[in-house]
Amino acid sequence: MTGNPSLSADLIADVRQLLAFPFMVNALEAGTIVAILAAVVGWYMVLRRQSFAGHTLSVMAFPGATGAALAGLPTTLGLYLVCSAAAVAIGGTGTRGGRSLGRETAAIGTIQTFGLAAGFLFLSLNSAVLGGPETLLFGTFLGVSSGQVLVLAVVALLALSVLTLIGRPLLFATIDPEVADARGVPVRALDIGFLLLLGLAVAATSQITGALLVFALLVAPAASAQLITSRPVAGLLLSVVLAVLVVWLALALAYFSIYPVGFYVTTLALGVYVLIQAGRRTARRA
Amino acid sequence: MIGASPPTAPGLAQSALSLHGVALERGGREILSDVELEVRPGEFVAVLGPNGAGKSTLMKAILGLVPLATGSVTVLGTDPTRARGRIGYLPQRRSFDRTTRIRGLDVVRLGLEGTRWGLPLAVTPAARTRRRAVRERIREAVALVGATAYAARPIGELSGGEQQRLLIAQALVGEPKLLILDEPLDSLDLPNQGAVAALVRRIATEQRIAVLLVAHDVNPLLHHLDRVLYLGGGGALAGTVDEVITAEKLSELYQTPVEVLRAADGRLVVVGQPEAPHHHDTDDG
Repeated sequence: MTGNPSLSADLIADVRQLLAFPFMVNALEAGTIVAILAAVVGWYMVLRRQSFAGHTLSVMAFPGATGAALAGLPTTLGLYLVCSAAAVAIGGTGTRGGRSLGRETAAIGTIQTFGLAAGFLFLSLNSAVLGGPETLLFGTFLGVSSGQVLVLAVVALLALSVLTLIGRPLLFATIDPEVADARGVPVRALDIGFLLLLGLAVAATSQITGALLVFALLVAPAASAQLITSRPVAGLLLSVVLAVLVVWLALALAYFSIYPVGFYVTTLALGVYVLIQAGRRTARRA
Repeated sequence: MIGASPPTAPGLAQSALSLHGVALERGGREILSDVELEVRPGEFVAVLGPNGAGKSTLMKAILGLVPLATGSVTVLGTDPTRARGRIGYLPQRRSFDRTTRIRGLDVVRLGLEGTRWGLPLAVTPAARTRRRAVRERIREAVALVGATAYAARPIGELSGGEQQRLLIAQALVGEPKLLILDEPLDSLDLPNQGAVAALVRRIATEQRIAVLLVAHDVNPLLHHLDRVLYLGGGGALAGTVDEVITAEKLSELYQTPVEVLRAADGRLVVVGQPEAPHHHDTDDG
Protein backbone atom coordinates (compact mmCIF):
# COMPACT_ATOMS: atom_id res chain seq x y z
CA MET A 1 0.00 0.00 0.00
CA THR A 2 1.52 3.27 -1.06
CA GLY A 3 0.53 6.76 -0.03
CA ASN A 4 -1.31 7.27 -3.31
CA PRO A 5 -5.09 7.28 -3.20
CA SER A 6 -6.52 3.99 -4.30
CA LEU A 7 -10.10 2.92 -4.61
CA SER A 8 -11.02 -0.38 -3.03
CA ALA A 9 -14.24 -2.36 -3.04
CA ASP A 10 -14.73 -1.49 0.62
CA LEU A 11 -16.82 1.69 0.65
CA ILE A 12 -16.33 2.43 4.33
CA ALA A 13 -12.57 2.08 4.02
CA ASP A 14 -12.69 4.43 1.03
CA VAL A 15 -14.60 7.05 2.96
CA ARG A 16 -12.24 6.68 5.93
CA GLN A 17 -9.32 7.15 3.57
CA LEU A 18 -10.93 10.33 2.21
CA LEU A 19 -11.48 11.80 5.63
CA ALA A 20 -8.00 11.02 6.84
CA PHE A 21 -6.63 14.13 5.16
CA PRO A 22 -7.44 17.59 6.53
CA PHE A 23 -7.42 19.08 3.04
CA MET A 24 -10.08 16.59 2.02
CA VAL A 25 -12.21 17.41 5.06
CA ASN A 26 -11.91 21.11 4.24
CA ALA A 27 -12.86 20.41 0.65
CA LEU A 28 -15.92 18.41 1.72
CA GLU A 29 -17.01 21.10 4.16
CA ALA A 30 -16.52 23.88 1.62
CA GLY A 31 -18.19 21.80 -1.08
CA THR A 32 -21.22 21.11 1.09
CA ILE A 33 -21.61 24.78 1.98
CA VAL A 34 -21.44 25.98 -1.63
CA ALA A 35 -23.73 23.18 -2.79
CA ILE A 36 -26.46 24.27 -0.38
CA LEU A 37 -26.05 27.94 -1.22
CA ALA A 38 -25.89 27.41 -4.99
CA ALA A 39 -28.88 25.07 -4.94
CA VAL A 40 -31.15 27.49 -3.08
CA VAL A 41 -30.10 30.62 -4.98
CA GLY A 42 -30.12 28.59 -8.21
CA TRP A 43 -33.72 27.50 -7.62
CA TYR A 44 -34.84 31.12 -7.65
CA MET A 45 -32.51 31.91 -10.56
CA VAL A 46 -34.02 29.18 -12.74
CA LEU A 47 -37.55 30.25 -11.82
CA ARG A 48 -36.66 33.88 -12.60
CA ARG A 49 -35.08 32.87 -15.92
CA GLN A 50 -31.95 34.74 -14.98
CA SER A 51 -29.56 32.00 -16.00
CA PHE A 52 -27.74 34.31 -18.37
CA ALA A 53 -27.17 36.83 -15.58
CA GLY A 54 -25.98 33.93 -13.41
CA HIS A 55 -23.54 32.81 -16.05
CA THR A 56 -22.21 36.33 -16.46
CA LEU A 57 -21.68 36.68 -12.72
CA SER A 58 -19.79 33.41 -12.67
CA VAL A 59 -17.53 34.60 -15.47
CA MET A 60 -16.88 37.68 -13.30
CA ALA A 61 -15.17 35.43 -10.79
CA PHE A 62 -12.28 35.24 -13.24
CA PRO A 63 -11.40 38.97 -13.37
CA GLY A 64 -12.25 39.09 -9.66
CA ALA A 65 -9.60 36.57 -8.74
CA THR A 66 -6.93 37.74 -11.19
CA GLY A 67 -7.56 41.40 -10.40
CA ALA A 68 -7.19 40.76 -6.69
CA ALA A 69 -3.91 38.95 -7.27
CA LEU A 70 -2.65 41.86 -9.34
CA ALA A 71 -3.65 44.38 -6.69
CA GLY A 72 -2.11 42.26 -3.95
CA LEU A 73 -5.47 41.62 -2.27
CA PRO A 74 -6.77 38.27 -1.06
CA THR A 75 -8.34 36.34 -3.95
CA THR A 76 -11.50 35.71 -1.97
CA LEU A 77 -12.03 39.44 -1.42
CA GLY A 78 -11.57 40.10 -5.14
CA LEU A 79 -14.15 37.44 -5.98
CA TYR A 80 -16.80 38.87 -3.69
CA LEU A 81 -16.14 42.49 -4.67
CA VAL A 82 -16.19 41.99 -8.43
CA CYS A 83 -19.17 39.62 -8.43
CA SER A 84 -21.19 42.02 -6.27
CA ALA A 85 -20.24 44.99 -8.43
CA ALA A 86 -21.26 43.09 -11.56
CA ALA A 87 -24.55 42.13 -9.88
CA VAL A 88 -25.32 45.79 -9.22
CA ALA A 89 -24.33 46.68 -12.80
CA ILE A 90 -26.67 44.03 -14.21
CA GLY A 91 -29.41 45.13 -11.83
CA GLY A 92 -28.94 48.70 -13.04
CA THR A 93 -29.49 47.74 -16.66
CA GLY A 94 -32.74 45.95 -15.92
CA THR A 95 -35.94 47.83 -16.39
CA ARG A 96 -38.85 47.49 -13.99
CA GLY A 97 -39.43 43.86 -13.27
CA GLY A 98 -35.79 43.18 -14.03
CA ARG A 99 -36.31 40.86 -16.96
CA SER A 100 -37.27 42.84 -20.00
CA LEU A 101 -35.20 40.41 -21.94
CA GLY A 102 -33.99 42.13 -25.09
CA ARG A 103 -32.19 45.09 -23.63
CA GLU A 104 -30.99 43.32 -20.53
CA THR A 105 -29.51 40.43 -22.45
CA ALA A 106 -27.45 42.74 -24.64
CA ALA A 107 -26.18 44.65 -21.62
CA ILE A 108 -25.35 41.47 -19.72
CA GLY A 109 -23.54 40.02 -22.72
CA THR A 110 -21.42 43.14 -22.94
CA ILE A 111 -20.57 43.00 -19.25
CA GLN A 112 -19.68 39.33 -19.59
CA THR A 113 -17.27 39.85 -22.48
CA PHE A 114 -15.67 42.79 -20.73
CA GLY A 115 -15.21 40.65 -17.63
CA LEU A 116 -13.46 37.89 -19.54
CA ALA A 117 -11.19 40.36 -21.30
CA ALA A 118 -10.32 42.13 -18.05
CA GLY A 119 -9.59 38.80 -16.40
CA PHE A 120 -7.25 37.84 -19.21
CA LEU A 121 -5.52 41.21 -19.03
CA PHE A 122 -4.95 40.91 -15.27
CA LEU A 123 -3.68 37.41 -15.77
CA SER A 124 -1.18 38.33 -18.48
CA LEU A 125 0.08 41.18 -16.29
CA ASN A 126 1.02 38.84 -13.45
CA SER A 127 1.04 35.27 -14.64
CA ALA A 128 4.03 34.63 -12.40
CA VAL A 129 1.94 35.11 -9.26
CA LEU A 130 -0.86 32.79 -10.22
CA GLY A 131 0.87 30.11 -12.20
CA GLY A 132 -1.91 29.65 -14.71
CA PRO A 133 -5.59 30.26 -15.37
CA GLU A 134 -6.72 26.64 -15.21
CA THR A 135 -7.42 26.61 -11.48
CA LEU A 136 -9.34 29.88 -11.61
CA LEU A 137 -11.40 28.76 -14.56
CA PHE A 138 -11.95 25.12 -13.79
CA GLY A 139 -11.53 24.86 -10.04
CA THR A 140 -9.58 22.82 -7.54
CA PHE A 141 -10.25 21.29 -4.17
CA LEU A 142 -6.68 21.01 -3.06
CA GLY A 143 -6.11 24.46 -1.68
CA VAL A 144 -9.17 25.14 0.49
CA SER A 145 -7.94 26.38 3.86
CA SER A 146 -9.85 26.24 7.15
CA GLY A 147 -10.05 30.04 7.03
CA GLN A 148 -11.69 29.90 3.63
CA VAL A 149 -14.21 27.37 4.89
CA LEU A 150 -15.09 29.74 7.72
CA VAL A 151 -15.56 32.65 5.32
CA LEU A 152 -17.71 30.46 3.07
CA ALA A 153 -19.84 29.44 6.04
CA VAL A 154 -20.37 33.05 7.11
CA VAL A 155 -21.23 34.20 3.59
CA ALA A 156 -23.61 31.29 3.04
CA LEU A 157 -25.31 31.82 6.39
CA LEU A 158 -25.76 35.50 5.61
CA ALA A 159 -27.08 34.90 2.11
CA LEU A 160 -29.46 32.15 3.20
CA SER A 161 -30.76 34.25 6.10
CA VAL A 162 -31.54 37.12 3.75
CA LEU A 163 -33.17 34.72 1.31
CA THR A 164 -35.33 33.28 4.09
CA LEU A 165 -36.42 36.77 5.03
CA ILE A 166 -37.33 37.84 1.50
CA GLY A 167 -38.36 34.38 0.26
CA ARG A 168 -42.08 34.87 -0.21
CA PRO A 169 -42.09 38.44 -1.58
CA LEU A 170 -39.27 37.39 -3.92
CA LEU A 171 -41.37 34.49 -5.16
CA PHE A 172 -44.29 36.90 -5.65
CA ALA A 173 -42.07 39.37 -7.55
CA THR A 174 -40.73 36.48 -9.63
CA ILE A 175 -44.00 34.83 -10.61
CA ASP A 176 -46.19 37.88 -10.77
CA PRO A 177 -44.24 41.17 -10.73
CA GLU A 178 -47.15 43.37 -11.75
CA VAL A 179 -49.52 42.24 -9.02
CA ALA A 180 -46.70 42.18 -6.48
CA ASP A 181 -45.96 45.80 -7.34
CA ALA A 182 -49.63 46.73 -7.01
CA ARG A 183 -49.71 45.09 -3.59
CA GLY A 184 -46.74 47.16 -2.43
CA VAL A 185 -43.94 44.57 -2.77
CA PRO A 186 -40.68 46.43 -3.63
CA VAL A 187 -40.13 44.54 -6.87
CA ARG A 188 -37.19 46.61 -8.12
CA ALA A 189 -35.29 46.42 -4.84
CA LEU A 190 -35.86 42.67 -4.71
CA ASP A 191 -34.50 42.34 -8.26
CA ILE A 192 -31.24 44.00 -7.32
CA GLY A 193 -31.13 42.28 -3.95
CA PHE A 194 -31.48 38.90 -5.60
CA LEU A 195 -28.72 39.64 -8.12
CA LEU A 196 -26.45 40.54 -5.18
CA LEU A 197 -27.25 37.21 -3.53
CA LEU A 198 -26.55 35.51 -6.85
CA GLY A 199 -23.20 37.33 -7.01
CA LEU A 200 -22.32 36.14 -3.51
CA ALA A 201 -23.32 32.57 -4.30
CA VAL A 202 -21.25 32.62 -7.47
CA ALA A 203 -18.19 34.06 -5.76
CA ALA A 204 -18.43 31.38 -3.08
CA THR A 205 -19.05 28.50 -5.46
CA SER A 206 -16.32 29.48 -7.90
CA GLN A 207 -13.73 28.75 -5.23
CA ILE A 208 -14.50 25.06 -5.60
CA THR A 209 -15.70 24.70 -9.16
CA GLY A 210 -13.76 27.52 -10.84
CA ALA A 211 -15.30 30.48 -12.60
CA LEU A 212 -16.51 28.67 -15.69
CA LEU A 213 -18.13 25.70 -14.00
CA VAL A 214 -20.06 27.47 -11.22
CA PHE A 215 -22.99 27.36 -13.49
CA ALA A 216 -23.29 23.59 -13.29
CA LEU A 217 -24.02 23.78 -9.57
CA LEU A 218 -26.32 26.79 -9.89
CA VAL A 219 -28.48 25.53 -12.72
CA ALA A 220 -28.54 21.75 -12.96
CA PRO A 221 -29.75 20.76 -9.46
CA ALA A 222 -32.36 23.55 -9.44
CA ALA A 223 -33.59 22.79 -12.96
CA SER A 224 -33.73 19.07 -12.15
CA ALA A 225 -35.69 19.74 -8.97
CA GLN A 226 -38.16 21.91 -10.86
CA LEU A 227 -38.71 19.14 -13.37
CA ILE A 228 -39.62 16.77 -10.58
CA THR A 229 -41.83 18.98 -8.43
CA SER A 230 -43.68 22.25 -8.83
CA ARG A 231 -44.05 22.70 -5.07
CA PRO A 232 -41.75 25.51 -3.94
CA VAL A 233 -40.59 24.06 -0.61
CA ALA A 234 -40.14 20.53 -1.94
CA GLY A 235 -38.30 21.90 -4.97
CA LEU A 236 -35.87 23.90 -2.84
CA LEU A 237 -35.12 20.90 -0.62
CA LEU A 238 -34.68 18.56 -3.57
CA SER A 239 -32.37 21.03 -5.26
CA VAL A 240 -30.20 21.11 -2.14
CA VAL A 241 -30.11 17.32 -1.84
CA LEU A 242 -29.10 16.89 -5.49
CA ALA A 243 -26.40 19.56 -5.31
CA VAL A 244 -24.87 18.15 -2.13
CA LEU A 245 -24.82 14.63 -3.57
CA VAL A 246 -23.22 15.86 -6.79
CA VAL A 247 -20.49 17.71 -4.89
CA TRP A 248 -19.71 14.83 -2.53
CA LEU A 249 -19.50 12.31 -5.31
CA ALA A 250 -17.44 14.67 -7.46
CA LEU A 251 -14.94 15.29 -4.67
CA ALA A 252 -14.59 11.58 -3.99
CA LEU A 253 -14.11 10.79 -7.67
CA ALA A 254 -11.59 13.61 -8.06
CA TYR A 255 -9.67 12.29 -5.07
CA PHE A 256 -9.39 8.79 -6.47
CA SER A 257 -8.57 9.85 -10.01
CA ILE A 258 -6.35 12.22 -11.91
CA TYR A 259 -9.19 14.34 -13.35
CA PRO A 260 -10.15 17.75 -11.93
CA VAL A 261 -13.11 18.15 -9.60
CA GLY A 262 -14.79 20.70 -11.86
CA PHE A 263 -15.10 18.08 -14.56
CA TYR A 264 -16.87 15.69 -12.21
CA VAL A 265 -19.20 18.34 -10.78
CA THR A 266 -20.29 19.35 -14.26
CA THR A 267 -20.62 15.82 -15.59
CA LEU A 268 -22.59 14.56 -12.61
CA ALA A 269 -24.85 17.61 -12.56
CA LEU A 270 -25.55 17.25 -16.25
CA GLY A 271 -26.04 13.50 -15.81
CA VAL A 272 -28.70 14.05 -13.12
CA TYR A 273 -30.53 16.53 -15.32
CA VAL A 274 -30.45 14.31 -18.39
CA LEU A 275 -31.61 11.27 -16.41
CA ILE A 276 -34.55 13.14 -14.90
CA GLN A 277 -35.52 14.66 -18.22
CA ALA A 278 -35.39 11.23 -19.86
CA GLY A 279 -37.33 9.68 -16.98
CA ARG A 280 -40.06 12.28 -17.37
CA ARG A 281 -40.32 11.67 -21.09
CA THR A 282 -40.64 7.94 -20.53
CA ALA A 283 -43.21 8.44 -17.78
CA ARG A 284 -45.28 10.71 -20.00
CA ARG A 285 -45.25 8.24 -22.84
CA ALA A 286 -46.24 5.36 -20.59
CA MET B 1 -72.10 62.37 -11.51
CA ILE B 2 -73.66 61.57 -14.83
CA GLY B 3 -75.04 58.09 -14.27
CA ALA B 4 -77.82 57.27 -11.85
CA SER B 5 -76.92 55.26 -8.78
CA PRO B 6 -78.49 51.83 -8.44
CA PRO B 7 -80.76 51.07 -5.53
CA THR B 8 -78.70 50.63 -2.41
CA ALA B 9 -79.20 47.88 0.11
CA PRO B 10 -79.62 49.18 3.65
CA GLY B 11 -76.44 49.52 5.67
CA LEU B 12 -74.18 49.74 2.63
CA ALA B 13 -74.05 53.47 2.33
CA GLN B 14 -70.24 53.63 2.34
CA SER B 15 -68.91 53.63 -1.19
CA ALA B 16 -66.16 51.19 -2.17
CA LEU B 17 -64.71 53.59 -4.69
CA SER B 18 -65.27 57.17 -5.62
CA LEU B 19 -63.63 59.20 -8.36
CA HIS B 20 -64.15 62.96 -8.45
CA GLY B 21 -63.01 65.16 -11.32
CA VAL B 22 -60.22 62.73 -12.15
CA ALA B 23 -57.90 63.66 -15.02
CA LEU B 24 -54.94 61.61 -16.18
CA GLU B 25 -51.90 62.50 -18.27
CA ARG B 26 -49.58 60.37 -20.33
CA GLY B 27 -46.33 61.92 -21.48
CA GLY B 28 -47.54 65.39 -20.53
CA ARG B 29 -50.68 65.03 -22.67
CA GLU B 30 -54.08 64.81 -21.05
CA ILE B 31 -55.71 61.52 -22.01
CA LEU B 32 -58.73 61.60 -19.76
CA SER B 33 -60.61 64.22 -17.77
CA ASP B 34 -63.70 64.77 -15.63
CA VAL B 35 -64.14 61.16 -14.59
CA GLU B 36 -66.88 60.87 -11.98
CA LEU B 37 -67.75 57.48 -10.54
CA GLU B 38 -69.21 56.07 -7.37
CA VAL B 39 -69.16 52.29 -6.83
CA ARG B 40 -70.85 50.57 -3.91
CA PRO B 41 -70.05 47.19 -2.36
CA GLY B 42 -71.47 44.35 -4.44
CA GLU B 43 -71.73 46.46 -7.58
CA PHE B 44 -70.32 45.19 -10.87
CA VAL B 45 -69.16 47.99 -13.16
CA ALA B 46 -67.62 47.45 -16.59
CA VAL B 47 -65.05 49.94 -17.85
CA LEU B 48 -65.44 50.21 -21.60
CA GLY B 49 -63.97 52.23 -24.43
CA PRO B 50 -61.58 52.01 -27.35
CA ASN B 51 -57.89 51.31 -26.98
CA GLY B 52 -55.85 54.25 -25.84
CA ALA B 53 -58.84 55.69 -24.00
CA GLY B 54 -56.94 55.26 -20.74
CA LYS B 55 -58.80 52.30 -19.22
CA SER B 56 -55.72 50.56 -17.85
CA THR B 57 -54.14 53.82 -16.77
CA LEU B 58 -57.29 54.69 -14.83
CA MET B 59 -57.15 51.29 -13.11
CA LYS B 60 -53.53 51.93 -12.14
CA ALA B 61 -54.49 55.34 -10.80
CA ILE B 62 -57.13 53.67 -8.62
CA LEU B 63 -54.40 51.36 -7.34
CA GLY B 64 -52.20 54.36 -6.58
CA LEU B 65 -49.58 53.27 -9.12
CA VAL B 66 -50.08 56.25 -11.43
CA PRO B 67 -50.43 59.86 -10.21
CA LEU B 68 -53.55 61.87 -10.99
CA ALA B 69 -53.27 65.10 -12.96
CA THR B 70 -56.21 66.49 -11.01
CA GLY B 71 -59.14 65.20 -8.99
CA SER B 72 -59.34 62.64 -6.23
CA VAL B 73 -59.64 58.89 -5.82
CA THR B 74 -61.01 57.43 -2.61
CA VAL B 75 -60.86 53.68 -2.12
CA LEU B 76 -62.78 52.20 0.81
CA GLY B 77 -62.83 55.56 2.48
CA THR B 78 -59.10 56.15 2.26
CA ASP B 79 -56.15 56.86 0.04
CA PRO B 80 -55.45 54.21 -2.69
CA THR B 81 -52.00 53.30 -1.38
CA ARG B 82 -53.41 52.72 2.09
CA ALA B 83 -56.16 50.50 0.74
CA ARG B 84 -53.71 48.26 -1.16
CA GLY B 85 -54.21 45.21 1.02
CA ARG B 86 -57.97 45.35 0.39
CA ILE B 87 -57.84 45.65 -3.41
CA GLY B 88 -57.65 42.56 -5.56
CA TYR B 89 -55.98 43.26 -8.89
CA LEU B 90 -55.71 41.30 -12.09
CA PRO B 91 -53.50 43.13 -14.60
CA GLN B 92 -53.93 42.97 -18.33
CA ARG B 93 -52.96 39.88 -20.30
CA ARG B 94 -50.82 37.74 -18.09
CA SER B 95 -50.12 34.23 -19.03
CA PHE B 96 -47.52 31.85 -17.74
CA ASP B 97 -45.36 30.11 -20.26
CA ARG B 98 -45.32 26.36 -20.40
CA THR B 99 -42.13 25.96 -18.43
CA THR B 100 -43.30 27.83 -15.32
CA ARG B 101 -43.00 25.07 -12.77
CA ILE B 102 -45.20 26.45 -10.00
CA ARG B 103 -48.57 25.02 -9.04
CA GLY B 104 -51.75 26.99 -9.47
CA LEU B 105 -52.23 26.69 -5.71
CA ASP B 106 -48.92 28.42 -5.06
CA VAL B 107 -49.87 31.27 -7.39
CA VAL B 108 -53.12 31.68 -5.45
CA ARG B 109 -51.21 31.50 -2.16
CA LEU B 110 -49.06 34.45 -3.23
CA GLY B 111 -52.18 36.60 -3.14
CA LEU B 112 -52.34 35.93 0.58
CA GLU B 113 -48.72 35.51 1.65
CA GLY B 114 -46.67 37.06 -1.14
CA THR B 115 -46.39 40.31 0.76
CA ARG B 116 -45.20 38.71 4.00
CA TRP B 117 -41.53 38.82 4.96
CA GLY B 118 -39.76 36.03 6.75
CA LEU B 119 -40.74 32.40 6.94
CA PRO B 120 -43.58 30.98 8.96
CA LEU B 121 -42.38 28.31 11.35
CA ALA B 122 -45.37 26.25 12.31
CA VAL B 123 -44.03 25.31 15.73
CA THR B 124 -46.55 26.89 18.06
CA PRO B 125 -50.18 25.73 18.12
CA ALA B 126 -51.28 29.25 17.12
CA ALA B 127 -49.02 29.17 14.08
CA ARG B 128 -50.32 25.76 13.12
CA THR B 129 -53.90 26.96 13.40
CA ARG B 130 -53.04 29.93 11.25
CA ARG B 131 -51.45 27.71 8.65
CA ARG B 132 -54.56 25.56 8.51
CA ALA B 133 -56.70 28.68 8.13
CA VAL B 134 -54.50 29.86 5.25
CA ARG B 135 -54.83 26.50 3.51
CA GLU B 136 -58.59 26.55 4.00
CA ARG B 137 -58.84 30.10 2.64
CA ILE B 138 -56.88 29.09 -0.48
CA ARG B 139 -59.10 26.05 -0.95
CA GLU B 140 -62.20 28.25 -0.69
CA ALA B 141 -60.92 30.81 -3.20
CA VAL B 142 -60.03 28.05 -5.66
CA ALA B 143 -63.44 26.44 -5.20
CA LEU B 144 -65.17 29.79 -5.66
CA VAL B 145 -63.74 30.16 -9.17
CA GLY B 146 -64.33 26.48 -9.95
CA ALA B 147 -60.64 25.62 -10.34
CA THR B 148 -60.38 22.83 -7.77
CA ALA B 149 -59.84 20.11 -10.35
CA TYR B 150 -56.62 21.56 -11.78
CA ALA B 151 -55.26 23.92 -9.09
CA ALA B 152 -52.52 21.48 -8.07
CA ARG B 153 -51.06 21.28 -11.58
CA PRO B 154 -48.19 23.49 -12.75
CA ILE B 155 -49.79 26.72 -13.92
CA GLY B 156 -47.82 26.79 -17.18
CA GLU B 157 -49.55 23.61 -18.30
CA LEU B 158 -53.07 25.02 -17.93
CA SER B 159 -55.23 26.62 -20.61
CA GLY B 160 -55.76 30.40 -20.78
CA GLY B 161 -59.21 30.11 -19.21
CA GLU B 162 -57.93 27.92 -16.38
CA GLN B 163 -55.03 30.29 -15.68
CA GLN B 164 -57.45 33.23 -15.69
CA ARG B 165 -59.67 31.57 -13.09
CA LEU B 166 -56.70 30.86 -10.85
CA LEU B 167 -55.51 34.45 -11.20
CA ILE B 168 -58.97 35.64 -10.20
CA ALA B 169 -58.72 33.30 -7.21
CA GLN B 170 -55.36 34.90 -6.38
CA ALA B 171 -56.96 38.35 -6.51
CA LEU B 172 -59.83 37.09 -4.30
CA VAL B 173 -57.92 35.09 -1.72
CA GLY B 174 -57.00 38.11 0.38
CA GLU B 175 -60.73 38.87 0.78
CA PRO B 176 -60.61 42.23 -1.02
CA LYS B 177 -63.43 44.75 -0.88
CA LEU B 178 -62.65 46.09 -4.34
CA LEU B 179 -61.70 43.88 -7.27
CA ILE B 180 -60.06 45.39 -10.36
CA LEU B 181 -59.94 43.07 -13.38
CA ASP B 182 -58.16 44.45 -16.43
CA GLU B 183 -59.38 42.68 -19.57
CA PRO B 184 -59.92 39.29 -17.95
CA LEU B 185 -61.97 38.15 -20.95
CA ASP B 186 -59.28 38.94 -23.46
CA SER B 187 -57.76 35.80 -24.98
CA LEU B 188 -60.66 33.64 -23.78
CA ASP B 189 -63.04 31.88 -26.15
CA LEU B 190 -66.72 32.86 -26.11
CA PRO B 191 -68.06 30.18 -23.73
CA ASN B 192 -65.26 31.00 -21.29
CA GLN B 193 -65.95 34.73 -21.58
CA GLY B 194 -69.57 34.12 -20.60
CA ALA B 195 -68.56 31.80 -17.76
CA VAL B 196 -66.04 34.25 -16.31
CA ALA B 197 -68.55 37.12 -16.59
CA ALA B 198 -71.14 35.05 -14.71
CA LEU B 199 -68.53 34.10 -12.13
CA VAL B 200 -67.61 37.75 -11.52
CA ARG B 201 -71.29 38.65 -11.13
CA ARG B 202 -71.74 35.89 -8.56
CA ILE B 203 -68.61 36.93 -6.64
CA ALA B 204 -69.71 40.57 -6.54
CA THR B 205 -73.16 39.67 -5.21
CA GLU B 206 -72.26 36.89 -2.82
CA GLN B 207 -69.08 38.38 -1.36
CA ARG B 208 -70.31 42.01 -1.45
CA ILE B 209 -67.24 42.99 -3.44
CA ALA B 210 -67.24 46.03 -5.70
CA VAL B 211 -65.90 45.00 -9.10
CA LEU B 212 -64.42 47.09 -11.89
CA LEU B 213 -63.92 45.02 -15.02
CA VAL B 214 -62.15 46.46 -18.04
CA ALA B 215 -63.42 45.11 -21.35
CA HIS B 216 -63.33 46.10 -24.98
CA ASP B 217 -66.67 44.45 -25.73
CA VAL B 218 -69.72 44.86 -23.53
CA ASN B 219 -71.68 41.96 -25.05
CA PRO B 220 -70.38 39.03 -23.00
CA LEU B 221 -71.15 41.10 -19.88
CA LEU B 222 -74.57 42.46 -20.83
CA HIS B 223 -76.73 40.32 -18.55
CA HIS B 224 -74.36 40.45 -15.61
CA LEU B 225 -73.53 44.13 -15.25
CA ASP B 226 -74.89 46.79 -12.93
CA ARG B 227 -73.41 49.77 -14.70
CA VAL B 228 -70.74 50.83 -17.19
CA LEU B 229 -68.09 53.53 -17.19
CA TYR B 230 -67.52 54.40 -20.82
CA LEU B 231 -64.24 56.15 -21.64
CA GLY B 232 -63.73 57.84 -25.00
CA GLY B 233 -62.87 61.13 -26.63
CA GLY B 234 -60.92 62.12 -23.53
CA GLY B 235 -64.01 61.98 -21.33
CA ALA B 236 -66.15 59.50 -19.46
CA LEU B 237 -69.81 58.54 -19.04
CA ALA B 238 -71.21 56.45 -16.21
CA GLY B 239 -74.59 54.80 -15.96
CA THR B 240 -76.51 51.72 -16.95
CA VAL B 241 -75.93 50.15 -20.34
CA ASP B 242 -79.22 51.54 -21.64
CA GLU B 243 -78.39 55.03 -20.42
CA VAL B 244 -74.84 55.20 -21.70
CA ILE B 245 -74.54 53.07 -24.81
CA THR B 246 -76.86 55.12 -27.00
CA ALA B 247 -76.17 56.95 -30.24
CA GLU B 248 -77.01 60.24 -28.59
CA LYS B 249 -74.76 59.86 -25.53
CA LEU B 250 -71.77 58.40 -27.37
CA SER B 251 -72.00 60.98 -30.16
CA GLU B 252 -71.89 63.64 -27.47
CA LEU B 253 -68.90 61.98 -25.81
CA TYR B 254 -66.90 61.63 -29.01
CA GLN B 255 -68.28 64.85 -30.52
CA THR B 256 -68.74 63.00 -33.77
CA PRO B 257 -71.72 60.99 -35.03
CA VAL B 258 -71.70 57.47 -33.57
CA GLU B 259 -74.33 54.83 -34.18
CA VAL B 260 -75.39 52.11 -31.81
CA LEU B 261 -77.02 49.06 -33.36
CA ARG B 262 -78.96 46.57 -31.31
CA ALA B 263 -79.24 43.05 -32.66
CA ALA B 264 -82.36 40.95 -32.15
CA ASP B 265 -80.69 39.06 -29.29
CA GLY B 266 -79.85 42.28 -27.49
CA ARG B 267 -76.22 42.46 -28.54
CA LEU B 268 -74.87 45.96 -29.05
CA VAL B 269 -72.60 47.18 -31.83
CA VAL B 270 -71.06 50.65 -31.69
CA VAL B 271 -70.31 52.01 -35.15
CA GLY B 272 -68.17 54.99 -36.03
CA GLN B 273 -66.26 55.61 -32.83
CA PRO B 274 -63.04 57.46 -33.70
CA GLU B 275 -60.52 54.85 -32.60
CA ALA B 276 -60.78 51.28 -33.72
CA PRO B 277 -61.36 49.01 -30.73
CA HIS B 278 -59.81 45.86 -32.12
CA HIS B 279 -56.06 46.15 -31.48
CA HIS B 280 -55.94 44.03 -28.37
CA ASP B 281 -52.23 43.56 -28.68
CA THR B 282 -51.36 47.21 -28.11
CA ASP B 283 -50.93 48.31 -24.54
CA ASP B 284 -53.83 50.38 -23.45
CA GLY B 285 -51.38 51.80 -20.93
